[in-house]
Amino acid sequence: MAIVPGLVKGLGVTLSTLVRTVTKGSNTVQYPHEKEAPPVRARGVIALHQDNCTSCMLCSRSCPDWCIYIEAHKELAPPRREGGKPRQVNKLDRFDIDYALCMYCGICVEVCPFDALFWSPEYEYSEPRISDLLHDKTKLSEWMETVPEAPALEAGAEKKK
Amino acid sequence: MSALAIEIPYWGQSLLRVLGGLVAVLLPAGTIVYVFLFKMMSFMQSRLGPMEAGPYGSLQLVAEVGKWLQKEDIVPTNADRRIFRMAPIVVLVSTFLLVAVVPFGPDAWFTDFETGIFYALAVSSVSVLGILMAGWASANKYSLLGGLRAAGQLIAYELPMVLAVVGVVIQAGTMNLQQIVVAQNSGSIFGFDGLGNPYVLTQFVGFLVFMVAMQAELSQAPFDMPIAESELVSGYMTEYSGFRFLIFFIGEFATAGVFAMIASTLFLGGWGLPFAWFGWDSVDSVANWMNVAGPVIVVTKMMAVTFLVMWVRFSSPRLREDQLQRFAWKVLIPLSLANIMVTAVFKVVA
Amino acid sequence: MTALDDAVLGDRQRLSYIASQAADARLNVELETEGMTLNIGPQHPATHGTLRIIARLDGEQVVWAEPSCGYMHRGYEKLTEVRTYPQVTTLVNRIDWLGSFANEVPFILAAEKLMGVEAPPRAQWIRTILFELSRVANVSLFLGDLGVQLGAITPVFLAFRDREYVLNLIESATGGRFHPNFDRIGGLKDDLPAGWIAETKQVMRKMRNFCDEIESLLFGNEIFQSRTRGIGVIPRDVAMQYGLSGANLRASGVDWDLRRDQDSPMAWNKVSWKVHTHPDGDSFARCWVRLQETREATLIVDQLLDGIPSGPVMAKVPKIIKVPEGEAWVSTENPLGEMGYYVVSRGDIGPFRVKIRSASFNNISIVPWALRGVYVPDIITILASLYFILGDIDR
Repeated sequence: MAIVPGLVKGLGVTLSTLVRTVTKGSNTVQYPHEKEAPPVRARGVIALHQDNCTSCMLCSRSCPDWCIYIEAHKELAPPRREGGKPRQVNKLDRFDIDYALCMYCGICVEVCPFDALFWSPEYEYSEPRISDLLHDKTKLSEWMETVPEAPALEAGAEKKK
Repeated sequence: MSALAIEIPYWGQSLLRVLGGLVAVLLPAGTIVYVFLFKMMSFMQSRLGPMEAGPYGSLQLVAEVGKWLQKEDIVPTNADRRIFRMAPIVVLVSTFLLVAVVPFGPDAWFTDFETGIFYALAVSSVSVLGILMAGWASANKYSLLGGLRAAGQLIAYELPMVLAVVGVVIQAGTMNLQQIVVAQNSGSIFGFDGLGNPYVLTQFVGFLVFMVAMQAELSQAPFDMPIAESELVSGYMTEYSGFRFLIFFIGEFATAGVFAMIASTLFLGGWGLPFAWFGWDSVDSVANWMNVAGPVIVVTKMMAVTFLVMWVRFSSPRLREDQLQRFAWKVLIPLSLANIMVTAVFKVVA
Repeated sequence: MTALDDAVLGDRQRLSYIASQAADARLNVELETEGMTLNIGPQHPATHGTLRIIARLDGEQVVWAEPSCGYMHRGYEKLTEVRTYPQVTTLVNRIDWLGSFANEVPFILAAEKLMGVEAPPRAQWIRTILFELSRVANVSLFLGDLGVQLGAITPVFLAFRDREYVLNLIESATGGRFHPNFDRIGGLKDDLPAGWIAETKQVMRKMRNFCDEIESLLFGNEIFQSRTRGIGVIPRDVAMQYGLSGANLRASGVDWDLRRDQDSPMAWNKVSWKVHTHPDGDSFARCWVRLQETREATLIVDQLLDGIPSGPVMAKVPKIIKVPEGEAWVSTENPLGEMGYYVVSRGDIGPFRVKIRSASFNNISIVPWALRGVYVPDIITILASLYFILGDIDR
């Protein structure tokens, strides 16, 4: 048996935690009053940059639980050059993400070839009704304001082209 | 109560005693739950505990009680309904019976028994009956195991508790709790009377044994096998909900409070301050204001004792049932018997 | 005769029934007492999930016990057949949800093996770091949970407090606290954010401090020792027969760790560390080995952080991943034990068939053997020390 019995040592651990909590404050945060900022990369909510979306359906198809709904129609847009032929573009009618189904895997953001989807670390969008978790394209576009700059990389990382 | 210089008729005294009893049981229970269960435990785990209800969450308990009272009173289909309903009340009644003998001041006592401590130890066992009733009547296997464990444990730890008290009784020469308090405060250790003679110093082994046995009687960790939430879900309380669970809950912490009061009466000098400080020589010469200061002193000492109980509770894992029995019979009982021997020898020699 | 034939033919129900009958017969001969069947679970605080243990009790002593699993079966092996390779990664995160990054790695390694791709060294190092971080997060929660199972309430809060630092690290690197989905075929999704290495070193110091705290709060405690020492002893040969892996096997004195014993592209063999074993094979040994492994993991992370090579984190892989025809088996030493994936590909964008070998499922197969003759409180000790995650059992 050790010189100091283990029971007494255990009492010491709890007492020192007690003293630390009283003097230095607790490790918890009183949530609605103070909030911790989530990391920049945190996958909170997906934001949609509507102008970039060509409704190519890649995100919708690569979603593991198929929670992205896209509908679009073709429209003629004015030509890029003077006197050219009018371009045919896809106009978004509907872009919904059902956050009740979403697994927050981020595959849609990754596959998007036109940078139309972004992660935002916002997390406070719980709803009393499950149907309200279906965010439509206006709501998804509103999240764009909260999208942060991508963080700088650690030393030794290769710059992305 | 007569020494407050007011003549109170008998019915008035009875009413006062009932009210006083309610206060003496419920107030410490509430304080213990808030200070230790809500706050101290949280601090020991680097968190703050309840903060929203009232300043620093002090009204949390009121909110909890409100919640419990609203809940449905569920009785399982196969349960023995009458016994199931009675069980929590039996447990709580034993606490009320227990507080009757605790002295709070030179004249502030509920009853002044000649054999007070004997009565207290006897009455404290009544709660076993309630727990057994709850365990059996719930018609639940976990409850049954919990109830049986509780019975085995409480009976096993009754004995070292009695033996630890015997040392005090021998030293004080009385079983009257009031006189035990007086004996401690007017006593002296080898002629030095600046501290009186609180038996925690001279009966240190007895105090240790009493504290361990008390921990077991209150079924607090490391002796919480009757509840053992990771094994038996909630032991004998598994099937209880709402109001009846609340009674068990109050009973648990009220008993903790009352036992802590008895421990402070037996070992820490109870309501008194060392009589030498004020030049008092017997209980009759104690100033009247002690009737008011006494309860405060008792509650302070009770909090100190409960702090120890809860501190151990929050930092130790639980023993196994057979290890608990072995500890009681092979360590505590021989230790307290030896303590009695030594005390008796000193008593005769000195 | 027919009853026995049925049993041999694998009718598990019948086998269980015969065993309980035999147990009852033994009971009645000795004491003329009536046994009691106690269903521990599927909803029970000690099973942290939905495991059900059917225990036949004589008083508080277990005569016969059997785990019954499948209450949380989510059909992963079937789900993977209708998912593409990137989608499978996000699914397998959820198998052992406490150390989820470690679940991705063997699957990705198996797919890389089939494709003949090798991730660049920097990616392998970061993978290894995150793998060990998820081990720290997983096992530190075990150390806290152990206290709760044995009746001490404080350790679990300390564990949650300090695990939070590790989860924050995982989140700031990968974006997901619980389900990182960071591993890709051919490398990683992204590089580490700036400042991550310094922060990780600080957290590793905190985790070592946490290990010390738990050691003095629990492991040194006489009550804890009396509850775990000599309880649920699994001898070396029995442990190997039942196919235990991970800390459960090492606690029985078998010096076997896939991180060291297996040729793997990961960076474990680039740093020096020690495999901890314990000769006793009891519950205390299992807990002790896990405690030491947590410490060792923090040291591995520290060393790896110092030597991360620079370069890209992604090899050249096509945008749409098609894995050539073939079969591959890769297993790694996950927090719970050996976890492996047998991937069969028919040259499609998704696997044709995936067989998941998860550690917990094999680890709890020893439960009927280990629980014979113990007391009810020891059931909890043994289950806690065997350490399983329900998602890892039922998948």
